Amino acid sequence: MSGNTLQLDKNGRLRHFLSIDGLNHHLLTEILDTAESFAGVTEQTVKKVPLLRGKTIVNLFFEASTRTRTTFELAAKRLSADVLNINITQSSTVKGETLLDTLRNLEAMHVDMFIVRHADSGAAHFIAANAAAHTSVINAGDGWHSHPTQAMLDMFTIRRVKGADFGSLRVAIVGDILHSRVARSQIHALNTLNTGEVRIVAPKTLLPADAKSLGAQVYHNLQAGIKDVDVIIMLRLQRERMQGAFLPSEHEYFELFGLTEKKLGHASPDVTVMHPGPINRGVEMDSEVADGPRSVILEQVTHGIAVRMAVMSMAMARKEVTPG
Amino acid sequence: MNEFGNISGIIADMAEQLSEEIARTGKSNPAMVGIHTGGVWVAEQLHQLLNIKEPLGSLDISFYRDDFTRIGMNPVVRPSQLPCSIDNRHIILVDDVLHTGRTIRAALNELFDYGRPASIMLVTLIERSGRELPIQANIVGRHVELRPGEHIKLSGPDPLTLEIKRTA
Repeated sequence: MSGNTLQLDKNGRLRHFLSIDGLNHHLLTEILDTAESFAGVTEQTVKKVPLLRGKTIVNLFFEASTRTRTTFELAAKRLSADVLNINITQSSTVKGETLLDTLRNLEAMHVDMFIVRHADSGAAHFIAANAAAHTSVINAGDGWHSHPTQAMLDMFTIRRVKGADFGSLRVAIVGDILHSRVARSQIHALNTLNTGEVRIVAPKTLLPADAKSLGAQVYHNLQAGIKDVDVIIMLRLQRERMQGAFLPSEHEYFELFGLTEKKLGHASPDVTVMHPGPINRGVEMDSEVADGPRSVILEQVTHGIAVRMAVMSMAMARKEVTPG
Repeated sequence: MNEFGNISGIIADMAEQLSEEIARTGKSNPAMVGIHTGGVWVAEQLHQLLNIKEPLGSLDISFYRDDFTRIGMNPVVRPSQLPCSIDNRHIILVDDVLHTGRTIRAALNELFDYGRPASIMLVTLIERSGRELPIQANIVGRHVELRPGEHIKLSGPDPLTLEIKRTA
């Protein structure tokens, strides 16, 4: 499901943003550079630029989210767009309306962009494939498949902290890889940006069967997996997606895979610790680590706004010359 | 082909006119802001000649353009930098070429997002034909009449050169 013909227009420019898969180094770098220039907008007295004035953007969330939805909303507002938040669990799908009918009704209101989060993999692709020619679709997370703006804000954070030379970095992604759309997008992005070494660290039950084909080195032991790494990305244990016995207990998970100050000693001395949030304190990591000097977890949230502004404005540009 | 002669000489004349204008209107202690990229080059020289104490500010108006959906994003937008609060300050806005007036419109909008200046003066190295908005400069280095399809471009920063180009 690369969706590349869908994501790019005939000039190779971003039209929808659905997955990292298939986007090249140049385009990812352009997203990061554009985000860098938006970061300054947040520091102005008036935290707003008129780039998307008069455009209507709908946050179409079929699944609960606080951080992602609010940062998308803030990003859209800082670009001067009008934003509509639709929480589908309280809306017409409950009354039996299909996804396509919801889409057609919103299009009848002349919406320019859909930000879509859905529990089913491929939902954003489906909407992009069926949306009117002038609309853009941004994937804000679909099932286990992809969460490309989260991956890009993580890349932005890594570049800000460690510099642009991804080739010299060792990055370990730790935790529930199996259920994580974030991990899949991160691995794609890290590899596209030519990261020196990408590792995934997880118990066998939280890795997909084809883990080796993900494009990362697989470790089942935390200490070995984070040895000498420059960046550790912890993932949330997605209890809501687990049906069955993936883990003996959260306590045991923390013993083996939870990040503590002591275990951090195995990593590079200036290691950076990241987490896409929300954190289960005492499950994925100690509070001491989450709130410690190596953590950039709150910077990730701030960077999410600039990265989402970049992706939204890039997808909305050039609409008038390439209407389809 | 430099039919405009010594650009720094033109800027020196502009500096003289500008300081007379500042004295005449009583707009003392002004702050100077250049528009990326050419406007900043011109402003750098004016800023030095006028001995303005506060550092030069710069504006990148890319996010304020009105043709964004037609020509797309420029990924290398340099962040605008205003070294001081512009509230109640007299601002000297500097650009290289005043053409349609749309760049100045965007720059004015951006300036007002930073605060409420006491006044804004517009200084431009070249004033050419083709205005599409009711905008005019207070101080002009050279007036140029161009035929349709002709453009004037400042290159720099060292040395500054002006060139008239024809696009087919």
